[in-house]
Amino acid sequence: MKGMSGISLWLTIVIAGVLTFATRLSFIALLERIKLPAWFQRALRFVPAAVLSAIILPETASRNGALDLSLHNPQILAGCLAVLVAWRTKNVLVTILAGMAALLALQAVLGRAGL
Amino acid sequence: MLGVAPLGMIFGALAIGAHLSTVAAQAMSSVIFAGSAQYIAAQLLGSGASGAVILLVVFVVNLRHALYSASLAPHLKHLKPAWKAGLAYLLTDEAYAVAITHYNRSGDGAYRHWYFLGAGLTLWSAWQASTALGILIGARIPPGWPLGFALPLTFIALLVPSLKDRASLAAAAAAGLVGLLSVGFPYKTGLLAAALIGIVAGLAVERRGA
Repeated sequence: MKGMSGISLWLTIVIAGVLTFATRLSFIALLERIKLPAWFQRALRFVPAAVLSAIILPETASRNGALDLSLHNPQILAGCLAVLVAWRTKNVLVTILAGMAALLALQAVLGRAGL
Repeated sequence: MLGVAPLGMIFGALAIGAHLSTVAAQAMSSVIFAGSAQYIAAQLLGSGASGAVILLVVFVVNLRHALYSASLAPHLKHLKPAWKAGLAYLLTDEAYAVAITHYNRSGDGAYRHWYFLGAGLTLWSAWQASTALGILIGARIPPGWPLGFALPLTFIALLVPSLKDRASLAAAAAAGLVGLLSVGFPYKTGLLAAALIGIVAGLAVERRGA
């Protein structure tokens, strides 16, 4: 492994755990003591959609750390199919299986075509 | 519930693929216990990112849990601090979905928190066991397999059904676009910028529509 090892690796894992726990406990513990501003409550609603989308699109549209929006990037078509499947089935497992199957099939086709 | 098992296996395999030790990979599942954050942390550790960047990314990726916390807080208000802490530790995406559905369907009965606890512990056990299995199998998965693609797929499955109005659609679209434009930013700092701009876009569309 590059970069981190030993104590700094373990410190990172433990602090990441504490941060995660604190985030989950935040409002459960503090609800009785603080009153949230209205705009903050409205903003919270958009956090999941914004964060998830900000991860999905770059991950799907890039290969080896660089954007690749061409059809040679099979992840884009497989990702589009996964969006359709997620929309129709609302099922996490089915979506993952469909997207993975599509990606493997597209990779095989592209490989055979020599692309 | 069983949906988390393949995700745990994929994490175990990813972590080994990122050259983490067996103990560190399993510890991440029990100490952090947050699938998406673990995926990204393992990949960042493998690519040599600094601890500060990893912690920032874990925090940002898990910010949605603050939303779950805010949403469940009224139902847990009467509980003792130890109960609140225990349930908060178990508050994953899946546990939230199960717990909030149960609260919405059957109200705030005296023993509802036991249901939450049961679901949370089941998910926790499934996560630990499947991580261990993924670690075992991980070394034997051929390197060409696109296992990393499971991460965006998981998020697609969580995101798409939640886009029920124009404001959240705008938040997702703006965040995704900025995310694409900031692909070259170091250590995924583009993620934070994209998320913030997405939230602002959602608020703006909501305000105009109201």
